[in-house]
Amino acid sequence: MRITLHIWRQENAAAKGRMVRYEVPNVSEHMSFLEMLDVLNEELIAKGEEPVAFDHDCREGICGMCGAMVNGVAHGPLAATTLCQLHMRYFHDGDTLYLEPWRARAFPVVKDLVVDRSAFDRLIAAGGFIGVSTGSAPDGNAILVSKEKADRSMDAAACIGCGACVAMCPNASASLFMGAKISHLGLLPQGEAERDQRVVAMAAQAKAELFGSCTNMRECEAVCPKGIKIEVIARMNRDFLGAKWTGRGTVET
Amino acid sequence: MQLDSKCPQGPIETRWDRHRFGLKLVNPANKRKHTIIVVGTGLAGGSAAATLAELGYNVNCFCFQDSPRRAHSIAAQGGINAAKNYHNDGDSVYRLFYDTVKGGDFRARESNVYRLAEISLNIIDQCVAQGVPFAREYSGYLDNRSFGGAQVSRTFYARGQTGQQLLLGAYQALERQIGHGQVAMHPRTEMLDLIVIDGRARGIVTRNLISGEISSHLADTVVLATGGYGNVYYLSTNAKGSNATAVWRAYKRGALFANPCFTQIHPTCIPVSGDYQSKLTLMSESLRNDGRVWVPLTKGDTRPPSQIPEAERDYYLERRYPSFGNLVPRDVASRNSKLVCDEGRGVGVTGLAVYLDLRDAIERLGRHVIEERYGNLIEMYERITGEDPYQTPMRIYPAIHYTMGGLWVDYNLMTTIPGLYAIGEANFSDHGANRLGASALMQGLADGYFVLPNTINDYIASSKLEKVDGSHRAVREAEASVRAVTGKLLDAKGTRSVDSFHRELGKMMWEHCGMSRTAEGLRLALGNIRELRGEYWRGVKVPGTGEGLNQSLEKAGRVADFFELAELMCLDALERNESCGGHFREEYQTPEGEAARDDEHFSYVAAWEFRGVGNPPELHKEDLTFEYVHPTQRSYK
Repeated sequence: MRITLHIWRQENAAAKGRMVRYEVPNVSEHMSFLEMLDVLNEELIAKGEEPVAFDHDCREGICGMCGAMVNGVAHGPLAATTLCQLHMRYFHDGDTLYLEPWRARAFPVVKDLVVDRSAFDRLIAAGGFIGVSTGSAPDGNAILVSKEKADRSMDAAACIGCGACVAMCPNASASLFMGAKISHLGLLPQGEAERDQRVVAMAAQAKAELFGSCTNMRECEAVCPKGIKIEVIARMNRDFLGAKWTGRGTVET
Repeated sequence: MQLDSKCPQGPIETRWDRHRFGLKLVNPANKRKHTIIVVGTGLAGGSAAATLAELGYNVNCFCFQDSPRRAHSIAAQGGINAAKNYHNDGDSVYRLFYDTVKGGDFRARESNVYRLAEISLNIIDQCVAQGVPFAREYSGYLDNRSFGGAQVSRTFYARGQTGQQLLLGAYQALERQIGHGQVAMHPRTEMLDLIVIDGRARGIVTRNLISGEISSHLADTVVLATGGYGNVYYLSTNAKGSNATAVWRAYKRGALFANPCFTQIHPTCIPVSGDYQSKLTLMSESLRNDGRVWVPLTKGDTRPPSQIPEAERDYYLERRYPSFGNLVPRDVASRNSKLVCDEGRGVGVTGLAVYLDLRDAIERLGRHVIEERYGNLIEMYERITGEDPYQTPMRIYPAIHYTMGGLWVDYNLMTTIPGLYAIGEANFSDHGANRLGASALMQGLADGYFVLPNTINDYIASSKLEKVDGSHRAVREAEASVRAVTGKLLDAKGTRSVDSFHRELGKMMWEHCGMSRTAEGLRLALGNIRELRGEYWRGVKVPGTGEGLNQSLEKAGRVADFFELAELMCLDALERNESCGGHFREEYQTPEGEAARDDEHFSYVAAWEFRGVGNPPELHKEDLTFEYVHPTQRSYK
């Protein structure tokens, strides 16, 4: 099939970007979206043009490195799917697609479709962990975790940190990302000790990174490739209120 | 060069303990005076960087991805082994040790493997404490499952995303240390050379992938945790960015490269669908616990699977290996898939696939159980192929997955360059000629959390390290050589893209140095690779400049190294006149078509020394002795 692409091209962080039109004439339905971009890039190289820069690595939907807005939807039209796992059989001959990078103040564009998501790392560094140094752990079965809690924790832990939630949110809020980490750790007995500090520290960091606030638009949930539910945001808010109300989370770690 | 493995002697159960006691320590107050470079942030690198920082060292950590959380360990699906014997089914440290030595086809060091089995217990504890959401029983206790190549249930898992969860545990520990200022993290920064001063590893040269800046970083020791080299084959289950450049540059600076031809072909991957294919996707072999592998009994049977009656199906693994059945180790399962496809009984459009059928398991256990166990894998399969595994069997075929070979290291995980360590898949140490399922995660974390942080103190405490700075001749020389390579690639201004060369190299390697190898094919490949490499340097086209983000340039440097490494792999495969584990030489097989090892002549580690571009490398041998597990022909019948 034949696909027409309009792709955001931007030389570097400082340069001004623009949409450029490309035709990809021989797209197979078995190709992944990124393989289609590979084909386009090979053609661009053959013509002596610069290929489109895009982030990608594992191409099996788990590393969280890839992602772009496809016709205004993060990771494209298929629910619960990263861009690398989206296959061309979900498109039609003659389709026109608009590709843009994640748009958020906290995720500046690096080049073309590549953005800087290091703000996510700083959110984790602020408190998205359980502070156990290597060697001090008791036997694995000394800490019992009910299956139901472990499963819910795993649901939240499935987050791949791709940033689609931020990109899709009209407020560019990182609430789904933060809520997922806070729920993953907070649901487990191991994460209980630092629960208050964690939420307070991460919220402060999110503010510093200029992520927006959550206004329950649910766009994040709709595009999350791992199907993470906004109940994690509710949980985060509850933890935050509890910590702030009692002043428990303000202890310096 | 005399290779000293530094393996302790005496009773194997106490070797690691006694060895640790003999190692020098560094006073906590002195640790902060030392800097350690860690390259790579997967399970090995991430856990090492975090742990070394916890100990008080200053750590400089590097990864080429945009975040340390992206490393390809994240894609490991099935699980991690530990000899906890929580199921009371006869497991023990000794049995895990035994299984791993046997599974590696008697080409690994007993001392290392025993230590790995011992440490497996601590790893699970550590990961649970970090909040890794391992699968649980209703009672709240940890759940286990069995995995390819083992008859006990010792595999811990977090749905089909065990690697992700373990990596996030290590990543979070690392971020905690970054937050404390104990680790300086350099994402989107690629190591392009090693700096050796007075015979010791003292730093690395890197390229900032965003600015294009080439710079040097100096330290007291350098740790490479840069993963394997499966991407030599172009198509593999590795991430697109996974590369061998760091270990290859270390090799060219004097570190010996061990057993390069030991590569693992994973039996259960989604088959190739066309020329545009950019990677192969693995379906966890945990599916073999419940799925049955089969092909039609007769050649050229093109009926859809649902119309092939039971009597006309050949469940060839169950037939040939009644005691292990579908759970035979990876090398055996892969080779048998190739065998039935070579006979013309392969399925799908290309004929290069076999069925993995969940029908009987769904009937026996109900769809909900299968969904719970493999739901995410099944979804992934459906998304990629457009077929529903609940209705029709999956099509699978082997693909390159893991490389057992890597930099030669001693028992302390130090390479032949003093001060240079290699951990995780980047070294060669624990898996011999074949790695068992759920053992890679175990090894990466054992090295990073528990082995290296103990052994590295000894080097730091016992070496007198002069202060060096960026003006040193060796630093200038390394930087200049990186600039020269980058410049040469940009100036080639040929007509073919990097990918087109890489694909061609990959095809040659898959054909001649893949699932089965012959002396004739390897010799042919050696000639062809050299020729193509010459063409590469003349004819590659790298658009853009060295300044700023240039993904073609990044690939071009990696492929240049793959060419040289491919040659070494073929040479090693040609030199090893036996079949063992993942290395199957057609000339050496038993009458039943199983791998025929030659312990009399090949019970050694082949460690290759670089002797200059254009010169043949020199082979050094480290003899392997087996005091506990006596070499026998591996039998899974």
